[in-house]
Amino acid sequence: MKNLKEKIPSSIFYYLKSRISSLFKLSLNGDYIFKIFSGLIASSTILILGLIIYELILGSTLSMETFGLRFIVGVEWDPAIKRSFGALPLILGTLTTSAIALLISLPISLGVALALSEYMPKKLSYFFSFLVELLAAVPSVVYGIWGVYVLIPFLRDHVYSTLQITLGFIPLFSGPIYGGGVLTGGILLAIMIIPIISSVLRDLFSLVPSSIKEAIISLGATKWETVKMMMSYTRSGILGATMLGLGRAIGETMAITMVIGNKFKVFPSSLFDSWYTMSAIIANEFLEATYDLYISALINVGLILLLINLTIVILARLIIWRSLRIVRGIMRE
Amino acid sequence: MKMINKIVIMVMIAIIATTSFIAYQKITLQQEKEISLNGAGATFPFPLIDKWIAEYRKVNSKVLINYQPIGSGGGIRAHMEKTVHFAASDAPLSDVQFRNATGTLHIPITIGGVVSIYNLPGISIYLNFTGEVLSKIFLGEIRRWNDPSIKAINPGVNLPDKEIIVVHRSDGSGTTFVWTSYLSAVSNEWRETVGKGTSVNWPIGIGAKGNEGVAAFVQQTPYSIGYVEFAYAKKNNLLYGRIQNAAGEFIEPNIEAFMKAAATFAITLPKGDENWSNVSIIDSIVNNKEAKGAYPITSFSYILVYKELSILPNINEDTAKELVYFLWWIIHDGQNYATSLYYVPLPKEIVKHDEETIKMMTFNGRQIYRG
Amino acid sequence: MKMTTQKIRKIKDIVMHFMIYLTLLIAILPPFSVMFEVIKRGFMAIDLDFFIKTTPTVGEAKGGIANAIQGTLITIGLASLIGVPIGVISGIFLSEYGENKFSTIIRFFNEVLNGVPSIIIGIFSYTLISPITGFSLISASFALAIIMIPIVTRTTEEALKLIPTMIREAAIALGIPRWKTILHIVLKGAKKSIITGILLAIARISGESAPILVTMGYWRWWFHGLNRPVANLALNIFLFANSPFENWVILAWGSALILILMILGINIITRMLMRGSF
Repeated sequence: MKNLKEKIPSSIFYYLKSRISSLFKLSLNGDYIFKIFSGLIASSTILILGLIIYELILGSTLSMETFGLRFIVGVEWDPAIKRSFGALPLILGTLTTSAIALLISLPISLGVALALSEYMPKKLSYFFSFLVELLAAVPSVVYGIWGVYVLIPFLRDHVYSTLQITLGFIPLFSGPIYGGGVLTGGILLAIMIIPIISSVLRDLFSLVPSSIKEAIISLGATKWETVKMMMSYTRSGILGATMLGLGRAIGETMAITMVIGNKFKVFPSSLFDSWYTMSAIIANEFLEATYDLYISALINVGLILLLINLTIVILARLIIWRSLRIVRGIMRE
Repeated sequence: MKMINKIVIMVMIAIIATTSFIAYQKITLQQEKEISLNGAGATFPFPLIDKWIAEYRKVNSKVLINYQPIGSGGGIRAHMEKTVHFAASDAPLSDVQFRNATGTLHIPITIGGVVSIYNLPGISIYLNFTGEVLSKIFLGEIRRWNDPSIKAINPGVNLPDKEIIVVHRSDGSGTTFVWTSYLSAVSNEWRETVGKGTSVNWPIGIGAKGNEGVAAFVQQTPYSIGYVEFAYAKKNNLLYGRIQNAAGEFIEPNIEAFMKAAATFAITLPKGDENWSNVSIIDSIVNNKEAKGAYPITSFSYILVYKELSILPNINEDTAKELVYFLWWIIHDGQNYATSLYYVPLPKEIVKHDEETIKMMTFNGRQIYRG
Repeated sequence: MKMTTQKIRKIKDIVMHFMIYLTLLIAILPPFSVMFEVIKRGFMAIDLDFFIKTTPTVGEAKGGIANAIQGTLITIGLASLIGVPIGVISGIFLSEYGENKFSTIIRFFNEVLNGVPSIIIGIFSYTLISPITGFSLISASFALAIIMIPIVTRTTEEALKLIPTMIREAAIALGIPRWKTILHIVLKGAKKSIITGILLAIARISGESAPILVTMGYWRWWFHGLNRPVANLALNIFLFANSPFENWVILAWGSALILILMILGINIITRMLMRGSF
C-alpha cells in the first residue's frame, strides 16, 4: 500500500517530464535544468552592470555634448561662475592613491595570509584569522574618523618628518606637511583592504592540497621554498583577491574624502599635498548639485570611473591568461 | 526526496507566505491611516528640524514626519522636482529657479551665523578681522599671519611669522553659500573671480568635508584658518574671529549679535510668494552704518513649500492640512527649542511675516489654515 | 663560514619567517588602534537605555539605538536574501560549468561590478526604484545586494575550484548525477570558504553608509514598512559622529561599537554552527 502511495506522484512527475521533453525536444534531466537555472542566475550580473552602464551613459549625455572628450583631459572644475568641468586631476588622484594602496597592502596581505595558514600553530591561527576577518567589518566611516583623529596626527608628527629628512631631496617628499594628503590616503586605503585580501588569500592557501606540499617537502625544501611554491600554485587566486581589494580601493568614498584634502588640482606638489579622487568628488557634490550640467558632469565622472575599472579588469584578465598559458605549456613538457 | 520531506517543505512555504501576506496587509493598512510628511534639504538646520519633528510627534501623533539632511542644493532640487512636501535651504531660490518653480513660498524658520575659526599656538584671544582682510586671505593675497593688514586691526597681538593654512569646504553646502556671499559683498575681486555659491572654485586652500571636517582640521592644524557654522565653533571650543561690521565695530559672534542683524533687516522682506533671490541679510547690512551690534555674516535658513499644495503628486487634503499646522507650530512653539541648540529664534517681526505666508497656502484654491 | 647553497637557503628561510610575522604585526596594529578608539569613545554610551530607546534628538538625555539596530538587521537581512543566493549560485555556475566564453564574460562583469563605487550603486538603485517607492528600505537593500553579489560569487567560485576534480570524478563514477554531486558533495567540501565569503560580504555592506544615504536616508522611527526608510547604524554614525552636539557624538561611537560587535556576533554564531566541518 505504501509503495503505491509513493508511486503515484512520481509516475505523474515522470509522465509530465517526458511530455515536456518531447514538446521542447530537450532531455529534461536534473543536470540540464540545474545548468540552465544557475546560468540564468549568473547572467543577472550582466543585466545589472548593463543597466548601470546604461544609466551612467544616459546621465552623462549632457556633459558629453557640452564638453566632449575634452572632459577627460580637462583641468578645471568651476561650478559657480564658469560652469566648466574636467576630470583629469580626479583620474590621476584615484589611480595614484589606489596604486599606493596596492603597493603597500599586497606584500603585507601575502605575509599575513601565509602566517595564518602556514606558520602559526593551529589554535593561534584560528584566533588570528578570526581577528583579521573581524577587521574587515569596520565601517569605512569609522576608518575615516580614525584617520582624521589618529592617523593624521601620527603620520604628521612621527613619520612624515623623518621621511622628509631622509628622502627630502626627491621632489615627491618635499613640501609642506599637514598630515593628510595623497600618501595618507593611500595608507588608509591599504589599511582598509588588507583584511579583505588576507582573508581570501588565507583560505586559498589552506585549500592547497597537502599532497603537493608533502611532495616538495620530501624533496628537501625549506618552509620558505614550500611557501613560494604555494604562491605560484594559487597565482590566479592571488590576482583575484588583489582585484577584490583594488575594487574596494578605487570605489572607496567616505574614508578617503576625510583624509585626502579634497583639492582639485592637476598635480599635487608632493606626496604630502592634498588631492582629489573621482569617488570623493561624487560623494561630496552630488546631493548638492543644483543644475543639470553639474549633475551630468558628476555622472560623467562616474562613467569614467567605471571605464577605468573595466580597463584594469581587462588587463588583469590578460595577465592571468598569459600565466595560465605558461603553466599549461610547462605541464605539456 | 522522501514524500514526508516534500510535504514539510510545502507546508513551511505556505506558512511563510501567509504570514508575510498578513504582515504586508497590516502594514499597508497602518500606512493608510497614518499621515506622513517628507522633507529634505540643508544640513545646517538638521539638528533643529530633527528636534522639531520629534517634539511635534508628541503634540500630534497622527503624523509621521521625516527629514533628509542632503544639503541645500539637494533640497532645492527635491522641491523643484516635487518629490518632497517641504524643503529646507540656507539659500533662497535664484531667479532662474524661482521662475521654474512657480508658486514657491519662502518661509524663514531660523537664523544662523557663520564664523571664522583659527588655530594660533600661543594666542588665546578672539582676533579682529575685516571683510577685506578675510577675502584677501582666502584669495591667497595675504599669506602670512604677521601681514601688516592683520597686525593693523589687532594692535598689541604677537602674530607669528608663519604661513596661513586656509581650509574650506570640499562638499557643497549652505555654509559655503553664506561665507562666499559675505566675501562677494565685501570684495569686488572675490565677487568677480570666485563668486558665491554652495560650491565654488576656491583659489587656494585645502578641502575638508562638512562643518565637522573643517572644525577638526583647524583644531589639529596650527596656523590654519577656516569657516564654520557657529555651533561647531562653540562646541569644539575653537577661537573665532570678531568681524567688523559697517558701523565700524568688531562684533563677536553670538546669538544676540545674530538677532540684531536679522532684526535690522526684517523691515524689507518681500512677500512670502514673491521672488526672494535678492534677499540677503549680509547684503543689506554690509553697508548699513545703523546696524549696531549686528554680526555681518548672518543668514536665514528657509523652508520652501508650494502655495497651492494640490500640485504635489500623491497628496490629499489631510496631508496638506498637517503640513500647514506643522509649519505653524515650527514658527511658534518650535522657536523655543532654538537657543539651547545654538540657533537663533526668529524675531517677532519675522514670525508675523511667516504667519502671513503660511496663511497663503491653499488646497484646490481653499485656504488651509483655519486658526 | 662558507656560504653553501644549503646555508643560503636556510638563512632565507629564517629571514622570511621573521618578515612574515612582521607583516602580521604591521597589519594588525592600525585596526587595533581603530578598535581601541571605538571602545574608548563608545563605551560611555552603553547603558540599558541605549538598547531600548530610539534615536534621541540633540540634547535629549535619554536615547538609544534600538530602532537603528532593528533597521540595520532588516536591511542586511533583506539584502542577503537577494544577494547570497544569486552570488552562490553564480559562483557554482562559474566553477562547475565555467569553461566557455559565456562564463568568461560573466566573470568579467562581476569583477567590474566589484569596482563600482558604492555611491554609484546607490544612485543607480535610487533611479531604478524610487519612481515606485521613493526613499525606501527596498531601494537600500537592493543596492546592498548588488554590492554583495560580486564578492560572494568570486569567493564561492574560487573555493569550489580548489576542490580536486578527483572528488567529482569519483562521484560520477558512482553514478551520481552531476547536479547532485555539486550540491551535496562539492559544496559541502567548500562550505567553510563559501561561508567566509558570505560573511565578508555581509561585513562589507553593514558598514556602508554612502548608498544608504542616497537610497534611504535618515529615519528616526521604528520599521514602518518596506516602502519607507528604516533607521541605520552606519548612516547614524556618519551623520552624528562629527556633529557638534555631545550626546549625538557619544551615540555615534556607541553605534560604531555595537555595529562591530554585531558583525563579530554573526561571525561567532556562524562559526559555531559550522563547527562540524573544521
